[in-house]
Amino acid sequence: MIRVENIEKRFVGTHALKGVSLEVQKGEIVSLIGPSGSGKSTLLRCIHGLETPESGEIYMDDELMDHNNEKKFREQRNRMGFVFQHFNLFPNYTVIENCKLAPVQVLGMSDEQAERVAMDYLNRVGLAEKRDEYPNKLSGGQKQRVAIARALCMNPEVMLFDEPTSALDPEMIKEVLEVMTKLAEAGMTMIVVTHEMGFARKVGNRVVFLDQGEIIEDAASEEFFTNPQSDRAKDFLSKVFYE
Amino acid sequence: MFLAFGKIFTAENILYLAKGALLSLVIAALSLLIGLVIGVLGASGKRSKHIIPRAIANFYVEVIRGTPLLLQILIIFSVIPSIYTGFTGKVLRINVYLIGVIAMSINSGAYQTELIRSGINGVDRGQWEACETLGLSQWQMMKLVILPQAFKRIVPPVISEFITLIKDSSLISTIGAVELLKGAQVIGTKYYDVMSPYCLAAVFYLIMTLSISALGSYVEKRLAASD
Repeated sequence: MIRVENIEKRFVGTHALKGVSLEVQKGEIVSLIGPSGSGKSTLLRCIHGLETPESGEIYMDDELMDHNNEKKFREQRNRMGFVFQHFNLFPNYTVIENCKLAPVQVLGMSDEQAERVAMDYLNRVGLAEKRDEYPNKLSGGQKQRVAIARALCMNPEVMLFDEPTSALDPEMIKEVLEVMTKLAEAGMTMIVVTHEMGFARKVGNRVVFLDQGEIIEDAASEEFFTNPQSDRAKDFLSKVFYE
Repeated sequence: MFLAFGKIFTAENILYLAKGALLSLVIAALSLLIGLVIGVLGASGKRSKHIIPRAIANFYVEVIRGTPLLLQILIIFSVIPSIYTGFTGKVLRINVYLIGVIAMSINSGAYQTELIRSGINGVDRGQWEACETLGLSQWQMMKLVILPQAFKRIVPPVISEFITLIKDSSLISTIGAVELLKGAQVIGTKYYDVMSPYCLAAVFYLIMTLSISALGSYVEKRLAASD
């Protein structure tokens, strides 16, 4: 469904991605893991077009995502949903308005139609009763669940998560992971940058391990956690698990 | 010094000054609003991808901020009639209040361009990215998400811009507008005592500026409630 071919990205002073290639099939739950600064978030942001790679191509269903073909590029991006570490809800709108904004403005849904869709997803993330609250009245976990619902309202075919639980207090991580697990069980294609190894192992079916801008390992989840091949992956796993 | 204070303190004179004060207030308010529109345009110019709108906006802001308002008022006061005469051949009976509003709007627009620009830049980058990932167009993003948040941030500086404009409206007395300051001078000449009407004018200015300040703090508190 998504194919990344040999992309390179540099920021001032760093070589964030050194020719990364990756293919994600429909229905896969891919976890991107690795130490901080490994390029995993940059890779995710390049896939959605929030960053423009210097070279290399990204294909969606075998069609090139071309920044210069603005209209088509937009259509392709709209097939992806994106969830941020810091939620990025719109503080000037209520929960339901956050969810309805893009369906009405971008997809041209009627207000009632958007309302139905939004309430459906708010129900699924368990926040229907918060519909008229402003984001500042919500906890971090609730904000992130609204952000997931907001992205789902655009009816995406693939969901990209950029460290969705990293900004949360520990007791709120589970509620967000539960929502994501339900989404995975419903068959959504997901690419998740995460430090939640439990999620990557149990819910994800594939792990892509990055370090210093390169993909070091790409394996089935269970395989990766029980039998990592590279020293760097072994070293990383020994650091994240405290036993 | 306050030779004629008792004589000046009549209902008629107070009303006369109050009218002048109201005029100052209206001129300042109109200039603030028109300046706000110019400010939005100026800020979009400054943020434009193209060099021409950017250059125009920069030139406008630098020239206006770098020259005195009094000079700008005097230039517009003499330039507009001559342009009119140049085009129509007729002499323009000039409305000094209108000139005042035009000059002060242009002046305030430059300052508000900077206010709005910094307000927009102050909106968290994540908000722009969220709009981008939801597929909103540039225009929808600005109108629905960024500007509402930017405006909230610029309420306090815009309130102080309003106060500045009320005080600066006294400058149009130099082209013959009878606003609060000029009104005080008129009364002063009549009674051979300028001190008393000047002090009264100061009281009127303070009533206006302090009420706007108070209104500003109230609005600021209300807006902060949703943060």
